[in-house]
Amino acid sequence: MSALQTEGTSTDKTDKKRSDKLGDKNDLRIKAIENGTVIDHITAGQALNVISILGGGENFTNTVSIVMNAGSSRGDKDVVKIEGRELTEKEVNAISLISPKATVNIIRDFEVIEKRKIQTPDYVCGIVRCINPNCITNSEPIESKFAVAADEKVKSLVLRCVFCESVMTEELIQFIE
Amino acid sequence: MRPMHHIISTREYTKEMFDEILELAELLEPIAKGEVKSKLLDGKVLALLFFEPSTRTRMSFETAMIRLGGQIINMGAVEASSIAKGESLSDTIRVVSQYADAVVLRHPREGAALMASEYTSAPIINGGDGAGHHPTQTLLDLYTIKRESRLDHLNIALAGDLKYGRTIHSLCYALSRYHSKINLVSPPELHLPDRIVDDLLKRDIEVNITTNMEDVIEDIDVLYMTRIQKERFPDPAEFNRVSNSMRITKELIQTAKPEMKIMHPLPRVNEISFDVDETSHAAYFKQAFYGVPVRMAILCKVLGMEDQVREGKL
Repeated sequence: MSALQTEGTSTDKTDKKRSDKLGDKNDLRIKAIENGTVIDHITAGQALNVISILGGGENFTNTVSIVMNAGSSRGDKDVVKIEGRELTEKEVNAISLISPKATVNIIRDFEVIEKRKIQTPDYVCGIVRCINPNCITNSEPIESKFAVAADEKVKSLVLRCVFCESVMTEELIQFIE
Repeated sequence: MRPMHHIISTREYTKEMFDEILELAELLEPIAKGEVKSKLLDGKVLALLFFEPSTRTRMSFETAMIRLGGQIINMGAVEASSIAKGESLSDTIRVVSQYADAVVLRHPREGAALMASEYTSAPIINGGDGAGHHPTQTLLDLYTIKRESRLDHLNIALAGDLKYGRTIHSLCYALSRYHSKINLVSPPELHLPDRIVDDLLKRDIEVNITTNMEDVIEDIDVLYMTRIQKERFPDPAEFNRVSNSMRITKELIQTAKPEMKIMHPLPRVNEISFDVDETSHAAYFKQAFYGVPVRMAILCKVLGMEDQVREGKL
């Protein structure tokens, strides 16, 4: 990743860490951005997967800041800040599959101009690869499409391929690169 | 009336949707037998796209179309077509659907028919998509049960390979619309998948699971047998043991009700012994014939001719 920055890693920050755990929002370890998107309340540990969904790779030129396992009133969370970029609906839908409680804040001139909770959509298209190698979507130039449902037995999201009806639980989800 | 657009899967069909097609099939049966001549589909063209071998499905669609006065175009062998040059299915569908009023598609990949339906305005009829759906088989199975036994409150045994057989899976959902009691007879390795059993129970269907045919043979109205495939068993000795334990013989059915009918989607190998053929229980060859009126009904439906059938304008 060309412009990935993490800050505030010094070791003399025991008090600061405690204040993070207490949810002190003024003490986040990364600075405010002028224009772009802040994805907050990402499920702890999922920040790098969020970057991956956003196409993190050699061609990714935006400056990105990541905080992992930061304290908040809702427990540990990850935060990703992307400068100079607002997310598409498709990207937000993909993030919802791995982090349904995340929020997306659009920043312009250092101001939050829009703040919204991510909502898990009923369907996701062109984001996830079907787990069934014999599914038609794995051999034809067609967008994959999955119905999204919450499985109460396993307490996680379940995707059902609209084409072949294969069912995937969260841990089996493979995003299309 | 607006034609029913595509026939992709019967999974979500209601009882009324099934009944509508079965009633049309009954009206069309004299034509299927060649007793009445028809020009109902005169000028209509049906394209057959079979990417996998088929005997009964392909030939019964051909017969259905010809008996109704329509014409057929056939892609023929995959090796001799543009597919061999690497053409995608979506392109093939876009081209062929302009040559015909409806398309029957059989393809080895799950979801192929649904995908095809997104690329054309011509009705797509799913003739089998990999391990997915084979709706016209389900409809002809229901029709056979209706004609040879009864559909409501039926006591049926589904036997053989219940794990991999798409025919069985689709039939389970269809039978659940008629409040059937379903007995599942299979070796433990080939049990019906739990998710389907759960779905049946959610629909308040009485399900009985056993490994022994003798447990159910006296009580059932219909025995639906399927082939156990050798390749499902790594050990040939195990395959022989399992397939012998599931074999239907004349001796086994001696205690069955006189009106009990045996069905099989065919082809059979040795799961029904040949001496059963001569008994009044054998319904599997009639079942193969019933594919013709049922596929006629489907063609009339997707081509918007069902009112003419009901009005007797055959």
